[in-house]
Amino acid sequence: MNENIIEFRNVSIDYPLRKYTIRAVTDVTLGIKRGKITALVGESGSGKTTLSSSIIQCISEPGKIASGDIVFFDNVDGEDKKIVVSKFKEKEMKPFRWKRVSMVFQAAQSALNPVMTVEQQFVETLLAHGEDKDKQKQRARCKELLEYVKLDAERVLSSYPHELSGGMKQRVMIAFSLLLNPDLIILDEPTTALDVITQSYIFNLLKQINREKNISMILMTHDISVVAKFADYVGVMYGGRLVEYGKVNDIFRKRRHPYTEGLINATPSIIGDIDKLKPIEGSPPDLMNLPKGCIFSPRCPYAQEVCVGEEPSEICLEDGSKGRCYFFKERDNGRK
Amino acid sequence: MAENKPTQTEVVSEQPLMRLENINMVFKKSNGLLTDKHIHVLKNINLDIKQGEIIALVGESGCGKTTLGRIITGLLQPTSGNIYLDGTKVTGTFKKKITSYNQVQFIQQDSYAALNPVRTIYDSLYAPIKTHNRKWSRAQIDEKIEELMSLIGLQPSSQFLTKYPHQLSGGQRQRILMARAISLDPKLIVADEPVSMIDVSLRLSLLNLMKKLNEQLNMSFVYISHDLSTTRYIAQNGRVAVMYLGEIAELGNIGDVVHQPRHPYTRALIQAVPIPDPDFASYDELPLKSMNLGSLENRTDGCCFYDRCLYSTDECKISVEYQDTPTARVLCRNLGCVPNQPIYKQKQK
Repeated sequence: MNENIIEFRNVSIDYPLRKYTIRAVTDVTLGIKRGKITALVGESGSGKTTLSSSIIQCISEPGKIASGDIVFFDNVDGEDKKIVVSKFKEKEMKPFRWKRVSMVFQAAQSALNPVMTVEQQFVETLLAHGEDKDKQKQRARCKELLEYVKLDAERVLSSYPHELSGGMKQRVMIAFSLLLNPDLIILDEPTTALDVITQSYIFNLLKQINREKNISMILMTHDISVVAKFADYVGVMYGGRLVEYGKVNDIFRKRRHPYTEGLINATPSIIGDIDKLKPIEGSPPDLMNLPKGCIFSPRCPYAQEVCVGEEPSEICLEDGSKGRCYFFKERDNGRK
Repeated sequence: MAENKPTQTEVVSEQPLMRLENINMVFKKSNGLLTDKHIHVLKNINLDIKQGEIIALVGESGCGKTTLGRIITGLLQPTSGNIYLDGTKVTGTFKKKITSYNQVQFIQQDSYAALNPVRTIYDSLYAPIKTHNRKWSRAQIDEKIEELMSLIGLQPSSQFLTKYPHQLSGGQRQRILMARAISLDPKLIVADEPVSMIDVSLRLSLLNLMKKLNEQLNMSFVYISHDLSTTRYIAQNGRVAVMYLGEIAELGNIGDVVHQPRHPYTRALIQAVPIPDPDFASYDELPLKSMNLGSLENRTDGCCFYDRCLYSTDECKISVEYQDTPTARVLCRNLGCVPNQPIYKQKQK
């Protein structure tokens, strides 16, 4: 069995505009491990949402995959089946979406239809995917899922979205994403609009789903403290590039890429030394006007002459981690 | 203030910059019938804000922290209670003497919505200064704007002043909001989640800017946030008021409250904050009975945290009072039963 469920192979995604084309994702090669939680961290505009929504061909207009393949590994009776989802026509994509890969959106309030009750929306999805038409069974399935996310199923099913609180709506969305038993759930900043207590509940719930149902997850976030708590693997994105990828523990201990190091150093915490924190100087890259060489070089405190020449290619290490930095192998800020 | 005699200045400096006394805020929720519902959003808030202090208001959404911020700024009138600014009672005078209240300014969360999209940055900065200093000449105001721009670190200023809000990044817009807030030399600035919409790598520099303004200009800050990590960073030596359903649950120095929280709600809140270090990842259930925020309707005299608290007794339902511990003021009558060990031990090396 292939250990990856999804593989991005040299994926580049373009947004062709009238005068010029913006490359939002550049040459990303990444395997999402089966049954694990992979986080994609990056600031706004780093391309993390574009990359993950390309799996289900939901890149917002006019974006399209310029080159590269996205491969989904299906596991039928112990045998691997390779499906190139990036070559799917819309007709082939429809049954794949939500049934194999579902998504939890950032703003739960705008992801739910305001004029339909929760039950109607659940049933609509079940019918659209040709599931059982028996109303009793449908209702039982909805109730089971809502109770699984610890909601009062009877009340929630007959409610409209505005009658639910933010945390409840997000849990409805999580139940919704489980509706067709997917293999992979994409979580797009699932807790950004929520307060810390609700956030903590949601992540405990998602971890439980990941363990009990063995569903793989991709978590997109800008908050590196959430990654430390929740994910198994992490990919750090900057200006459309995957600048570092590895196990969570390795990333936090070794901080090989200077951007990762800067990000961790810039994140306040409720423990630890405040005086050691420092911001990353400069501002995020302008995708229309990228700097020469390594795109992080203008902000990088360790930048050298070689960094402003040609863009570094990906360096892969034996332990499975990889990164785009000339000094990726040598740099090891290892905490013993 | 400079014209005051020395003796008077001394008296002024002894009292808090702003004193909130028994502030209550009740919103009416009309349901179209005669039975309007009354929602008690803030209940008996007492708070002193000292000159030059950073005080943070933290809590879940719906705990009333923004409402309190708006009352401090004078955008809302409290239903009952008094506010003293520099010893003078200001409640009830906002509308009449609005200019006397320009010592308190506000920084909004959404910098894009807070700036007029069809005005240049220069216009946005010019208008408030002109309104409050009618006699100033154009050159004087320009000089003031130049000074502000260098203070907030947007240089050269000519590059920014002619632009419109959409041409600036979020971090730059937030800096402009800060410039606008300090343009009238206020003594107190209320910042409502100023960095929640800013990218992580830029957050720290904005917080540093606020720290700098606090130190250089001796301005007091009320920092409203739900994020305890940034709160701890900015209010390093200041105080924090943890709010729950319109009441201050715990008030104390930020270091003490974060290290050794006493109120059962604060304990849950601190434990819920994710820490950027995989060694501290925990999936323990939070010490709460339910994750749902209680209701603001039908409040009783009892503890509003009663339903969610693990340590509540029947007495808590009836009444609740503040208790002073060596480190904080805590709204809980049952403190003896609440564990008081630190949530996180110092890291072992």
